[in-house]
Amino acid sequence: MKSAVIVFPGSNCNRDLQVALRDVSGQEPAMIWHRETALPEGLDLIAVPGGFSYGDYLRSGAMAARSPVMRAVKDAAHKGVSVLGICNGFQILTEAGMLPGALMRNANLSFVCRDVDLKVENSQSAFTSRYEAGEEIVIPVAHHDGNYTADEETLDRLEGEGRVAFRYNCAVNGSKRNIAGILNEAGNVLGMMPHPERMIERAHGRTDGRRLFEGLLEALG
Amino acid sequence: MTQSPITPEVVAEHGLSPEEYERVLHAMERQPNLTELGIFSVMWSEHCSYKSSRIHLKRLPTTGPQVICGPGENAGVVDIGDGQAAIFKMESHNHPSYIEPYQGAATGVGGILRDVFTMGARPIANMNSLRFGRPDHPKMRHLIAGVVHGIGGYGNCVGVPTVGGEVNFHKAYDGNILVNAMTVGIADTDKIFYSAASGVGNPIVYVGSKTGRDGIHGATMASADFGEDSEEKRPTVQVGDPFTEKLLIEACLELMASDAIVAIQDMGAAGLTSSSVEMASKGGVGIELVMDDVPQREEGMTPYEMMLSESQERMLMVLKPGREDFAKAIFEKWELDFAVIGHVTNTGRMVLKWKGDVVADIPLAPLADEAPLYDRPHVPTPKPAPLANVPESTDIGADLLKLMGTPDLASRRWIWEQYDHMVGADTVQRPGGDAAVVRVHGTQKGLAITTDCTPRYCFADPVEGGKQAIAEAWRNLSAVGAKPLAVTNCLNFANPQRPEIMGQIVGCLEGMSEACRALDMPIVSGNVSLYNESKATGGGSAILPTPAIGAIGLLPDWSESATLAFKGEGEGIYLIGGTVSERAGHLGQSLWLRELHGREDGPPPPVNLDREKAAGDLVRQLIADGKVTAVHDVSDGGLLVAVTEMALAAGIGAELGAITDAAAAFGEDQGRYVVTGDDIDRAYTMGVPITRIGTTGGNEVAGISLDSLRSAHEAFFPKLMGADAALA
Repeated sequence: MKSAVIVFPGSNCNRDLQVALRDVSGQEPAMIWHRETALPEGLDLIAVPGGFSYGDYLRSGAMAARSPVMRAVKDAAHKGVSVLGICNGFQILTEAGMLPGALMRNANLSFVCRDVDLKVENSQSAFTSRYEAGEEIVIPVAHHDGNYTADEETLDRLEGEGRVAFRYNCAVNGSKRNIAGILNEAGNVLGMMPHPERMIERAHGRTDGRRLFEGLLEALG
Repeated sequence: MTQSPITPEVVAEHGLSPEEYERVLHAMERQPNLTELGIFSVMWSEHCSYKSSRIHLKRLPTTGPQVICGPGENAGVVDIGDGQAAIFKMESHNHPSYIEPYQGAATGVGGILRDVFTMGARPIANMNSLRFGRPDHPKMRHLIAGVVHGIGGYGNCVGVPTVGGEVNFHKAYDGNILVNAMTVGIADTDKIFYSAASGVGNPIVYVGSKTGRDGIHGATMASADFGEDSEEKRPTVQVGDPFTEKLLIEACLELMASDAIVAIQDMGAAGLTSSSVEMASKGGVGIELVMDDVPQREEGMTPYEMMLSESQERMLMVLKPGREDFAKAIFEKWELDFAVIGHVTNTGRMVLKWKGDVVADIPLAPLADEAPLYDRPHVPTPKPAPLANVPESTDIGADLLKLMGTPDLASRRWIWEQYDHMVGADTVQRPGGDAAVVRVHGTQKGLAITTDCTPRYCFADPVEGGKQAIAEAWRNLSAVGAKPLAVTNCLNFANPQRPEIMGQIVGCLEGMSEACRALDMPIVSGNVSLYNESKATGGGSAILPTPAIGAIGLLPDWSESATLAFKGEGEGIYLIGGTVSERAGHLGQSLWLRELHGREDGPPPPVNLDREKAAGDLVRQLIADGKVTAVHDVSDGGLLVAVTEMALAAGIGAELGAITDAAAAFGEDQGRYVVTGDDIDRAYTMGVPITRIGTTGGNEVAGISLDSLRSAHEAFFPKLMGADAALA
């Protein structure tokens, strides 16, 4: 699996994602600075990491979504390359229009960092193939703006098309229908607020996030 | 040249006494201009000069085979083997946090981070030590919410996990909260950067944010009591930009991987003044700065304002000649300002030029040598009378239930869930344990980190309290299995011009010194915050003496660290370092006495350093040998509270015998741990008493269900902060 991690000014989970991808795939991901306009040839996966790109000033992910590199990321996604956005990465993907909806400030207006119980809703994607549909897993969240929202029609469509990948088992941040992660129409772009890269080895207490990367490796080679 | 006349009023406004101004005249050998006076005033402020505490700080032990660099640099440096060093320090941001809690706390975190990465370390963990006033004080919820949001807002954004801390409440902090922040970083021992400037002609480079008018005279504010007008001092509080700090960390570490830097210093309190003066003084050289070249955020700034601004996220460096373009390219990549603003000279003077004129010309040696140093009068704190008329508990279980929900013992989950304590994916023991454990990235090593102080003990008996702060830190590190290495401190006291306050300072330092020596934990960095007393609340109240301790320890293998949660049912519960049968439980200054009976009297529990050391050594040995399944130190609240915390963390109860009176249940005797396992008492004792006190299992402690205990324990913060937690 040939992967790349996009690095924006203010990204801070890029190393954690790099470690997870290296650890699971045995291959070193390319670290791509946001000013690049082209991506390496033959990528299987583009990962957009968590953090506070551009300080999250203006709106979370808004400025990063307009970075030069994002045009190349969109083109790659159109061609079928898998794109994984975690936390700030999810915010960037919605701001870039690659995923529907928006992530607003948490309902209680406070940052939240803790392990959360998630339900895997869709185990058919490359991202979730190593989980069972309906399986309950534990993955940590750490965000201030994870409150997913979209209009009812969009939400119904996401549900109807099986594009809700992960759902919180109980209210965490005010997200509509407790949505924690969603897929795009083609199923090759996943945005999620929880951090699977923080749950991949014994040091993390559990390894529930590891299977996401293992599934990608299996699907993408 | 600034021509404003230097009147006695102007001198007083700069916080200098008439005697100190005489020293200025002597140092300058002429009358200073306003810019020069401003520079003297900040360099000679309590905050920068330690003029009231310096002679007493000298007594602290600061050396040891593990110490690479002790106090005097930006942070302390300790060897952790394999060519790696831990670099750490704790610092106060008390005064700004009371005036503007969000920005005060945020910039406190930013400042301590810079102290650590200035020396070449990547920050791997933040901690904090907080003191608030009465929870029901009308200002307190605003202050708590603001401080917690500020610490989180900054630390979360820069991507350094905030892995733990401590919080106390007491009315003595109603008008003066304490916000102490600690950062720990890791560097290679051959890549540590110091601040002494050298090399005549070498360029002096300014990087980071532009300079604005914020924070002018912050150091002077932090060196005086709060008057009734403290709110009006809000403009002297700096504003933080964690995004820029994150860029600054990455840019500095990228440049530090090269050999371009001669010396580097962050611009903290007193900004450009203290950074340039300290770099030149430490190097024994002179410095010439062209103020026109300082990146400025606002128009029309004068050299006086530029030199005294405390704008955040700025660094000063001396580069090797010819490396300017190389360095500039790195800072431009990270979209940060980069400006050559002067050069190193051999004059021993600090010369500032502006618009073609010399606007300040100060001899550096006298600026340091003539700095005031006070041996202020001090009276020892009278020893407290023995505890008399000790009440009995009528219902141990009911007392336990109440204690678990009190402000000083309740769960801190509401706080630490607002901090990203996992970013970096190396946090192997999260907040809530005795010490946090963070893996040294890419290795098996773990660094254990704790912050500790029990101000009520320090107030009752500064010497014993000072000892206890160090002993508790040592115990918390030992309880996770880490070998204690070294200490940073943040000495928060009230007005040192009062002999009884000075007596607290001297007493606490005496106790700390003794404990550091006995436990082989030298003090490698620190900070002093005085004048923490306030007329703002109408009482002229002084804070409790609060010498906060930050300590680190090393685990060769993080996976061998112990945690406090019970691991299974039917395991033996043991008390190490004391016996319940002695009935010697110490209730003086205990939380039980205060919370259940409204009394804050008696002597604090004495610390026997020999027994402390023996117990800690035994516990670490038991952990290393895999003989124990859970470990927790006994501190605030005593034995029964410690057992309850272990039970709640696991959801497994405890069946205890022989704890039937308040002294045994809630006495706060020192040097004790609770562990679980099998047949530990027969294994080995190393001369330390080990007593089996019960068995894990069931769903109760002292007849109270874990559900009830958990509800009480978890309710305090959400209930206090609930409705308008987000208002700050």
